[in-house]
Amino acid sequence: MSKVITSPVYVCADNIDTDQIIPAQYLTLVPTIPEEYEKLGSYALIGLPDALYPERFVQEGQTQTQYKIVIAGRNFGCGSSREHAPIALGAAGVEAVVAESFARIFFRNCVATGELYPYDSNERLCDLVKTGDIATLDFEQDTLTVHGKTYSLKPLGEVRPVIDAGGIFNYARQTGMIASK
Amino acid sequence: MTLTEKILARASGKAHVEPGANVWVNVDVLMTHDVCGPGTIGVFKREFGKDAKVWDPRKVVIIPDHYIFTADSMSNRNVDILREFVREQGLPYFYDVIDDPNGHWQFDASRGQTKAQYGSRYTGVCHTTLPWKGHTRPGEILFGTDSHTCMAGAFNQFATGIGNTDAGFILGTGKLLIKVPETMRFFLEGAMQPGVMAKDVILHVIGDIGFDGATYRAMQWEGPGVYAMNMDDRMTIANMAIEAGGKNAMFPCDQKTLDYVRERTAENGTREDFEPVELDADQKFIYDKVFDLSKLEPTVACHPDPGQRRLAKEMSSVQLDRAYIGSCTGGKTSDFLAFAQVVKGRSVKIDTFGVPATTKVVRELKETQWDGQSVWNILESAGVRMTENASCAACLGGPVDTFGRLNKPMKCISATNRNFPGRMGNKESEVYLASPYTVAASALTGRVTDPREFVS
Ligand code: SF4
Repeated sequence: MSKVITSPVYVCADNIDTDQIIPAQYLTLVPTIPEEYEKLGSYALIGLPDALYPERFVQEGQTQTQYKIVIAGRNFGCGSSREHAPIALGAAGVEAVVAESFARIFFRNCVATGELYPYDSNERLCDLVKTGDIATLDFEQDTLTVHGKTYSLKPLGEVRPVIDAGGIFNYARQTGMIASK
Repeated sequence: MTLTEKILARASGKAHVEPGANVWVNVDVLMTHDVCGPGTIGVFKREFGKDAKVWDPRKVVIIPDHYIFTADSMSNRNVDILREFVREQGLPYFYDVIDDPNGHWQFDASRGQTKAQYGSRYTGVCHTTLPWKGHTRPGEILFGTDSHTCMAGAFNQFATGIGNTDAGFILGTGKLLIKVPETMRFFLEGAMQPGVMAKDVILHVIGDIGFDGATYRAMQWEGPGVYAMNMDDRMTIANMAIEAGGKNAMFPCDQKTLDYVRERTAENGTREDFEPVELDADQKFIYDKVFDLSKLEPTVACHPDPGQRRLAKEMSSVQLDRAYIGSCTGGKTSDFLAFAQVVKGRSVKIDTFGVPATTKVVRELKETQWDGQSVWNILESAGVRMTENASCAACLGGPVDTFGRLNKPMKCISATNRNFPGRMGNKESEVYLASPYTVAASALTGRVTDPREFVS
């Protein structure tokens, strides 16, 4: 896939857990039901404490965010195994999360669903950029450019083709691991 | 090989595996619940067709437990989605809230939160139900759509949490591609001092390695300290591997494990054959540390993550609004007995909620008598608000009418396992994680309290 996106970024700190990405009270929404999938998007990152994050990720009454790229610190997506978390972000229009590190199950769920690209950064970008900064993410070069400075990201390696295919089922069919539909 | 490597090698039909290798494993049990089950079923049908059949009905376990005793209509609907799937697929292991296989679940709020509203098959929290009902066996592979599935590592089982898409894949194929984790060894020596519990051990260790100190790794527990522990204690420790980012927890299998598992598989008629994995002489660890249990003191993980370790005795200035005992980690019978030991004959000073993990815990607390009084009564007499409706309840907040939920900013000390912002409800609240002893002592004083003031 050759792709470049340019978007304002949304910046958060360490340990953004699945309760902050999609609070437990919204887990009654079933992601495979299309209307409920869209609703999940409207609640993405609504669990962030207001005092620390005055800027809302998805504006009230909207289902899509203006931030296609999320920048975070260590251990993004820790906590529960709820797939509602990457799905809420993907449903809101996020294409990639660039974090210093990811929690295991969240990372895996990003790959399995193909909802978004979980990129590990080499620098602690959450201290270098702020919400609203415009960034360009080059999926071909694995780089993020903000304010004219280009940061290299860790290549996604073996999980990359799975996300490109749109998740584990598409990938398993493309590669003959399970029968085509 | 380490215990985790040995199980993964066997399950993938290989003589040997190395950390980092990706292997297809055959799954022995897949567990799902009311929060992730409907989505898992949705993925399964979308991908394998609406008439598809699960790979093996006897290997699927469905346990509604999260959002049960709430008037929220979507939560009630989700339990109905599970029931319909179970009926259509003919699944034998479904611990339904109601007895009528064709019925609809609806919580009746007018009957209140504390009196039992469930049928004869309902069990409660999934991770505590799995061992009770004979679904955990040494040497096997268990996946669950819940991060605390790692609790079954107490039984020498490879057990870990996955998302709906992976679970939907397993439902159709019985297999999953996973990466072999590196193993960290935690070698326990010495004996815990009075007032110290297994919960303190795991809070201490997480404080040591950090909230992401075990990311992508297996946490293997060994040493005389491990063999001295009963299965409940091992479960408490295994449960919280995920709070350090761990992929799974792993305990060796001993006579206690075998007795526990054999008794329960026989009682429930579940599969009785299994093959534990034994410790090899040559194991490669990425981390290896000895912990002296006799040096541990009552420990607390402070807001806002499970790695914020402090000693209870240094925290007496922290005033609390609420205390909570419950969940897979802290809602077992042994947890409530420890709690009751502290509050017996005394009165709690702050709002205190008690939610047994399972309906069996409810029964045992009512049947256990101390000086002619049931433990249940002892707890209620001390002012603890006990509910018979065993479930996850406020451990993860849930719908606003959930029993014990923090509906406004407050400080709560809790015997549960996770304390990120908003975990128990209101996102400005603060949750302090501690052992049942410490939660009980703190409930009595209204501030974080070292329980050794009350137990000797
Ligand atoms: S009791 Fe809490 S931690 Fe355990 S399964 Fe339920 S929500 Fe998860």
